[in-house]
Amino acid sequence: MTGLNFIGAGLIVIGAALGIGRIGGSAMDAIARQPEASGKIQTAMLIAAALIEGIGFAALFAA
Amino acid sequence: MVISNKPLRFILVALVACLPVISFANSEKDAAHTQTEVAHEAAVSEGHHAEPTDVKSKIKAFIGHHVLDSHDFTFTQDDETGKYYGFPLPVIIWDNGLQIFSSAKFNHGHAVAESNGNFYAINHHDGKIYKTDATGEIKEDEKTGHPTNVRPIDFSITKTVVSIFAAAILMFLLFAGLAKSYAKNGGIASGVGRIFEPLVVYIRDEVAIPNIGEKHYKKYMSYLLTIFFFVLFLNIFGLTPLGINATGNLTITFALALITFLITNLSANKNYWGHIFWMPGVPKPMRIILAPIELLGVFIKPFSLMIRLYANIFAGHIVLMSIIGLMFIFKSWIGSSLSFGLSFVLSILEILVAFLQAYIFTMLSALYFGSAVEEHHHDEAHH
Repeated sequence: MTGLNFIGAGLIVIGAALGIGRIGGSAMDAIARQPEASGKIQTAMLIAAALIEGIGFAALFAA
Repeated sequence: MVISNKPLRFILVALVACLPVISFANSEKDAAHTQTEVAHEAAVSEGHHAEPTDVKSKIKAFIGHHVLDSHDFTFTQDDETGKYYGFPLPVIIWDNGLQIFSSAKFNHGHAVAESNGNFYAINHHDGKIYKTDATGEIKEDEKTGHPTNVRPIDFSITKTVVSIFAAAILMFLLFAGLAKSYAKNGGIASGVGRIFEPLVVYIRDEVAIPNIGEKHYKKYMSYLLTIFFFVLFLNIFGLTPLGINATGNLTITFALALITFLITNLSANKNYWGHIFWMPGVPKPMRIILAPIELLGVFIKPFSLMIRLYANIFAGHIVLMSIIGLMFIFKSWIGSSLSFGLSFVLSILEILVAFLQAYIFTMLSALYFGSAVEEHHHDEAHH
């Protein structure tokens, strides 16, 4: 089956997008609660988002 | 707010109302367009490598050409006269001895180059040099579509290599000047150094020290700064109209990730390997399961670095160029101005991505170095 790998990649991309969305939303919540810690939160957010993004791209290339 | 919602709403309604104009304006052209496309497909199926004739496949060919490395530096080309504006680059091939000649011999892929009795041609699909006979024919495998000709070992100074050199020379001049200006002005940066000093300090204070630790960070600072500015400069070069796509090239990001991988693993201490092969603080059977996973992680980390940078820049270039290409497909004032605005906004986004990807590459490298030199924590680390 040739089409299935694209469907799988699409599923992974959806998952990655949901994950990054959650990270962004949670970071917003955290910054709203503690604006003085925004620098640290941003850094942690970027790292986590970059790691998830990596999986998304790996899926795209596997497909 | 001074600006009420009304004008905004009016503009939106006006835009939506104008949308049909795009399709009306193009209906006639579309018909002609599909015809040429059919003709083009027919030409392709006949086996000719015909030059793309209609706008759509021209744009496709241009984007495909742009994202690949090439043996000459072409800024632009005139379709009507077939003239190219740019300069050729040296081709260096190892094939029964060193063969050095100018890429002008290829005449932008239209001619067969001859050097010491050997003939070479550029494949149109991957832009790579293959050894051929005097006719310059590249035979293709019928099943896979890959050329069956011999590929000589290619050390050519390609477009990407030129951009790497440019970035390296620029960095050298810039930062040597910055270092000198400190001595001259008594510890205060001058000129362009005032832009770069905060970046350097940021990398040290926000990236290196928190991730690697006060004790070890100095050893890695030179590499982290180099990789940050190298990736940043190449990303920014890619956004200029020069048409360079260096960090969107898998080989470049592979080399960068390989250096990070080597530094991480060669400077790793006992504690780092202990965490990979015999994870402390978990039950014994679990350690056996964890060891292969952690070992795989050693390779996945730099692999993800490589893919992330490549894919971000590559995808950014393709999206940006496609949207610029839409201007020539729409050919109506509203569609073209819309895609102009969109490409402008996207270019600004790409500048952000250029900085962000350079930062993330540096940040994750620092994180990996930090894990490699981390000292053992006795009580609170494993809970």
